[in-house]
Amino acid sequence: MFRSSILLAVLLTVSSLTPAETVQVAVAANFAAPMDALAPVFERATRHKAAVSTGATGKFYTQIQNGAPFEVLLSADDATPARLEAEGFAVPGARFTYAVGKLVLWSAKPGVVDKDGKVLKKGGFAHLALANPKTAPYGAAAVEVLVRLGLFKTLEPKFVQGENIAQTQQFVATGNADLGFVALSQVQKDGKLTGGSVWRVPTNLYTPIRQDAALLSKGKDNLAAKALLDFLRSNQAKTVIKSYGYDF
Amino acid sequence: MHPTDWSAVRLTLELATIVTALLLLIGTPVAWWLARTPSRLKGVIGAVVALPLVLPPTVLGFYMLVAMGPRGPIGRLTESLGLGLLPFTFSGLVVTSVIYSMPFVVQPLQNAFTAIGQRPFEAAATLRAGPWDTFFTVAIPLARPGFISAAILGFAHTVGEFGVVLMIGGNIPGKTRVVSVQIYDHVEAMEYTQAHWLAGGMVLFAFLVLFALYTLESGRRET
Repeated sequence: MFRSSILLAVLLTVSSLTPAETVQVAVAANFAAPMDALAPVFERATRHKAAVSTGATGKFYTQIQNGAPFEVLLSADDATPARLEAEGFAVPGARFTYAVGKLVLWSAKPGVVDKDGKVLKKGGFAHLALANPKTAPYGAAAVEVLVRLGLFKTLEPKFVQGENIAQTQQFVATGNADLGFVALSQVQKDGKLTGGSVWRVPTNLYTPIRQDAALLSKGKDNLAAKALLDFLRSNQAKTVIKSYGYDF
Repeated sequence: MHPTDWSAVRLTLELATIVTALLLLIGTPVAWWLARTPSRLKGVIGAVVALPLVLPPTVLGFYMLVAMGPRGPIGRLTESLGLGLLPFTFSGLVVTSVIYSMPFVVQPLQNAFTAIGQRPFEAAATLRAGPWDTFFTVAIPLARPGFISAAILGFAHTVGEFGVVLMIGGNIPGKTRVVSVQIYDHVEAMEYTQAHWLAGGMVLFAFLVLFALYTLESGRRET
């Protein structure tokens, strides 16, 4: 706490000396809600502005490769920032894990998903939503869970795929899919479930979803970009991130 | 091309064929009414039919997802009829595409019916032809170029649909994964070679369709 207030004081001093800039941030869909909460705090603390775009990590990768004006990427995985760095689109050595994501099985209705996820074996649902495993890390994690539980073959015909994790949640939230694999951050706020029923998938069933931040080449001289990355590492930001169910 | 690409192509053609047939069936009476009615409702119905022309696909996709869901009016209806829910099904894509491509069929037909004018119908009336007889033996043959344009546009527009399908389809292979969604998937997964085959094919297809349409139009004007 003490250290974070020093950091904040430093940030404030630095920001009062330098003109405010805007950083263009590409944010993975699962981190949209925490980013909404963090952006005003960041802007107040540093007087810089954050222009946030949310979407699928895979799409951002293609866009960045093709000259998108993003300066910071908050990815849903660690592979994409590493690849961007290797290909010269990100500043070397600036990568770090800003959050470790948790996968949950969620239904918008109470009582549909039990706390041990037995509903997957029991069946009795028409559609199981998940993010496209080819492009979305949470989708890949969901497939991993189903493979480990030996349920992939049985449940595959029931798959409906969202283009990203936000669309997947939308399928479940509108009731069109009975249940689906989403990010804990999408259904939890301030440490509490926002509605429906949930199975917190044990973390030993899937590879940890390490979400890395990258400073992109376009942002290497942008003070706001650096400030945002520092801010994400501050305890103040970490408290917010944790309240959405992420680990570090 | 990969087998999943072929399956997407087949599905897309199937969807476009069914949708075009339905659109001609539903669109013809609507266009006929719009072309000939003196009713004040004409403006309202015309505007409703044309809405998909100006609305972003996300609006239609969002409302269809909510309306066809278990709590929506269409969803309740289909469930009470024992049909289940429409999102994530081929029938759901058909219903949505019919709404989405409607103006592309109704407008050419309406123009064709209007262009016939009053005289052929007066002539038919003096020969004591009934309204149905007149419709089938006078209106439809005279509006034939309009039907061809309408069918081509309706088919092509359904093939070119993306946003709405993405929002209500759920990307299910063989059921709702049409070519446009498959291309999007390939691009996102950085499978550019596969993306090029399908995307290039789409450009060629769109060109041929429009070329056929314009050739048809200018041919009609010369005669």
